[in-house]
Amino acid sequence: MRVSEQWLREWINPDIDTAMLAEQLTTAGLEVDSVLPAAGEFSGVVVGEITEVRPHPHADRLRVCQVNDGREQIQVICGAANVEIGMKAPFARVNAKLPGDLKVSKARIRGVESCGMLCSEQELRMADSAGGVMVLPSEAPTGMAVEDYLALDDRIIKLDLTPNRGDCLGMLGIAREVAAINNMDLREPDVMSVRALVEDRFPVELHTPRYCPIYVGRVVRGINPAAETPVWMRERLRRAGLRAISPVVDITNYVLLESGQPMHAFDLHKLKGSIRVRMARPSEKLVLLGGREVVLDDDVLVIADEAQVLAMAGIMGGEDSAVDAQTRDVFFEAAYFSPLIIAGRARRYDMYTDSSHRFERGVDPKLQVKAIERATGLLLEICGGSPGPVVQVVSDPHLPVKNKIFLRSEKISRLLGIEIPAEQIEMYLDRLQISRSGDNGKWSVFAPSHRFDLNIEADLIEEIARLYGYDKIPRTLPKVPQAMITQPEYRIALDSLKDIMAERGWQEVVTYSFVDPELQGILSPDRPAVNLSNPLSSELSQMRTSHWTGLLTTLRRNQNRQQKQIRLFETGLSFIDTDNDIDQQSWFSGIASGFYAAEHWSRVPRLIDFYDVKGDVEALFAHIRTQNSLVFRADKHAALHPGQTARIYRDGSPIGWLGVLRPDVEKSLSLEGPIILFEIQGSALLDAVPRRFVSISKFPSIRRDLAIIVDEETTSDDILGVIRQIPDKTIQKSWVFDVYQGKEIGTSRKSVALGLIFSDPSSTLTDEDVGSTINKIISNLADKINATLRS
Amino acid sequence: MSDIDELLDEALHALEVCDDMDVLEGLRIHYLGKRGVFTERLRSLGRLPAAERPKAGQVINEAKRIFQQKLERRQLVLKKLIAEARLVTEKIDVTLPGRGLSRGGLHPVTITTRRIVRLFECMGFHVEEGPEIEDDFHNFEALNIPLHHPARAMHDTFYFDSHRLLRTHTSPVQVRTMESSSPPLRIIVPGRVYRCDSDLTHTPMFHQVEGLLIDKAVSFANLKGTLVEFMRHFFEKADLQLRFRPSYFPFTEPSAEVDIRCVMCEGEGCRVCSHSGWLEVLGCGMVHPDVLRRVNIDPEEWQGYAFGLGVERLAMLRYGINDLRLFFENDLRFLCQFN
Repeated sequence: MRVSEQWLREWINPDIDTAMLAEQLTTAGLEVDSVLPAAGEFSGVVVGEITEVRPHPHADRLRVCQVNDGREQIQVICGAANVEIGMKAPFARVNAKLPGDLKVSKARIRGVESCGMLCSEQELRMADSAGGVMVLPSEAPTGMAVEDYLALDDRIIKLDLTPNRGDCLGMLGIAREVAAINNMDLREPDVMSVRALVEDRFPVELHTPRYCPIYVGRVVRGINPAAETPVWMRERLRRAGLRAISPVVDITNYVLLESGQPMHAFDLHKLKGSIRVRMARPSEKLVLLGGREVVLDDDVLVIADEAQVLAMAGIMGGEDSAVDAQTRDVFFEAAYFSPLIIAGRARRYDMYTDSSHRFERGVDPKLQVKAIERATGLLLEICGGSPGPVVQVVSDPHLPVKNKIFLRSEKISRLLGIEIPAEQIEMYLDRLQISRSGDNGKWSVFAPSHRFDLNIEADLIEEIARLYGYDKIPRTLPKVPQAMITQPEYRIALDSLKDIMAERGWQEVVTYSFVDPELQGILSPDRPAVNLSNPLSSELSQMRTSHWTGLLTTLRRNQNRQQKQIRLFETGLSFIDTDNDIDQQSWFSGIASGFYAAEHWSRVPRLIDFYDVKGDVEALFAHIRTQNSLVFRADKHAALHPGQTARIYRDGSPIGWLGVLRPDVEKSLSLEGPIILFEIQGSALLDAVPRRFVSISKFPSIRRDLAIIVDEETTSDDILGVIRQIPDKTIQKSWVFDVYQGKEIGTSRKSVALGLIFSDPSSTLTDEDVGSTINKIISNLADKINATLRS
Repeated sequence: MSDIDELLDEALHALEVCDDMDVLEGLRIHYLGKRGVFTERLRSLGRLPAAERPKAGQVINEAKRIFQQKLERRQLVLKKLIAEARLVTEKIDVTLPGRGLSRGGLHPVTITTRRIVRLFECMGFHVEEGPEIEDDFHNFEALNIPLHHPARAMHDTFYFDSHRLLRTHTSPVQVRTMESSSPPLRIIVPGRVYRCDSDLTHTPMFHQVEGLLIDKAVSFANLKGTLVEFMRHFFEKADLQLRFRPSYFPFTEPSAEVDIRCVMCEGEGCRVCSHSGWLEVLGCGMVHPDVLRRVNIDPEEWQGYAFGLGVERLAMLRYGINDLRLFFENDLRFLCQFN
């Protein structure tokens, strides 16, 4: 909403400057976005009359004009095509100052002298663009300073209004607000009733009075189609951001800006039979102003006549019934449409109009007759004509009613945390035109008809707080009972695991939850995905089923920016479509490529590999002490290398993946490999194994190493699994410390070196004790996995 | 001076100037060896008259003892010197970088979210989370935003179908929490939210932290107090000024928007605050009675406040980040700056 300060002050003129006024509006909840001058700063520009136009002797596009500036005839060269004899235009005399630090000086243009300049609206910073020299009305007094003639000493206050304040979408509403803030009386300009001069009426039928309980119409005959919109009105429209179109349209727009009541004007001769306010019939069509045809849904309220739909009620008029340059008889409409029947419709048809914007938020149901009278008065003033009587069709049972609201001073102080005396509260209510009865801190009130946002006690309390001043409300901390928040020791926040990854060299990233379905199809083809119905682009149209798509995209971007050591992780939800719902699971995922470590003087550089990442994944599980129930099993995944992929299990359940990206995928995406990926279900990382003390043996432990030869397919887990199954409590620990394959071992066999620690909690082990356990281990390995001792 | 004294002087001098273990050993043998100078002297005592022998022997033995003592001391000194000299040759370049993996780090959104959450946890709030794919009811209806409400235009919503959507704010978690637990409530809700909007100052995904406090006597004054306290602690500026302006959110009444004095220019006016001296940082208000009623909380018994703040906005102000889009480009050169 753009408010001309000059116009506002005609209605209400508090003794404060513009900055203070803007501050008041902002702190009252009508946020001021900016304050702009009505025009650029200039001087020496007067109303000039063009008395002669001749072609320039040396330039086709230029004209030599004689301009009367009120003092003398001056020769000016002009490039605009619209100059003609008798026209009046802003004329900048020699030495005039124009916006942008321009100074007008005498010049010779292609050999002809030019002593001044005819200005466009753009040159005076009154518009963003211009179509030639600005045309001033013929009655503009020649020689008068343009800033005086157009009353340009004005500022435009741009307001960002919240959707609840539909009442402030007109000068009247803003003036009411300023009056309330400053505790002043607003004297609304009187709207004179215009007496009917002819008997013409056009019938109106309300077919759905529930949605349109009030329709006010009026016929005005015999207007002058050649009349022009007066400059003061054009200026006010311009400052509000509207373009002047024709007097009839401009008048309806002006009334809208003034009162907030949207209006429409039909060409009476294009209407047949009667006006019917009804719902659109399915697939009914309407050609809108501007020529676009829409097919209407049956929940759209329309204005129709006997023959056809004329307008989308409260949204936009139709082309067929519009006033035009020949229109002599008009039919004005001012109606009240329920916000419910307007809401969302304009948006559905991809429209936004000043009218729909207001009706969606609520228009004062007491404005219609006033608006019609005001419009008639303006029309007669500008275009002449003979008005018929005001036709008001009202369905009383459907009129919007204001409910009684109970207001208690006790609730006010409880909700706001301040005590406001009852008299002060009553004063605020009065200022807001809220009618009341009752006393002793208990009132029954009715909101005024223009306020659609005051329905319950809390709404009124906000109004009181607003006028009291939010700034004056003290700041105190809540007095609530103290309570410790439980801190379950073994419930791990995913967040704490992020720190472990960060410490181990991984960088957290945050990528969009919607991804490119094509890439996701390659990386995660087995998980059903859900698609957005209104994505920003096809690359962001599908919800991620895994973090890998986002991570891979991020990795690629960083590889393209010459990053040589990349380790990224992300946590958050993935979204998997199930039959009846969308499964929103939390995951912990990562991707790595490039060097294992930064180049260092003491190390041979090498690329990161599967086992580096596995170590980091294991570290996460070590943090929750579940490393013992963690199993990595070779498996196949569509996106991963068939020989370098593990599915991760915790307590026997699959909880994630770890593997190397398939080299063909890597190549098709122009990535530098190898690329290691992992993902772990968040739920598998939440529960830590409780801490429990186990007594420490007082006796020394014994280490023995064992070198065995096994089939090359035998895994480390196979070997250690055999040892773990031996029911001998003296085997404390077993691990692989070397793996070797070579000619002397034989084909498809490998040598594995095992480290073993033995101890007993109650005695010192002898060589014989350990020897017999080792024999058991050797024989079990031989039996179960065909292992032989390496000689 | 006897010749023994002379001899001792000479021997001691030789020790003093000796700086080599081998030479020192040579001196030992020369003076104390089987045919050493002192040994020979003792052997030649026999040639003296018997009465002089004890005295002379004493003199020689004393000289020998002194020499022996000095020799041992010199040996120790030399050993130390030699060891020191060897250590000097084992010198390393202490300015070369140390070994080990470089550290990674957390995303600035995480860092900021943690900071916000921790401050509120200190005031007794606890963290709640909720789904990102929401239903129309929790995201809108339950928060007094029915279909076609003009406020929906402020939430450019991503939809899946007629009732499922990506949450446009963290406020649905308020509703879910109130559905599942009874007051008093004190929660803080960090999370991803989505709006169908993308330009210089909007990304289609961003992060919010929602706060909700429901109790018997929580007032608007308390809301002001809490947020002033929070902002001052977040920015570590004890005199940070806040401005509460009436505003509109369908699910709070009264509602307010909160500005802070621009932390970039101290209110002088700069590009960041559009020369207004104020920065809009959050929206808040007293929970609307209809929102409470819908989850079976009696608004006559309970009342409370709610607020929602933008994590990226606060991160940008705190760390001087000038482009919102950097958060989601995940360029390591950007992310590493916060490690």
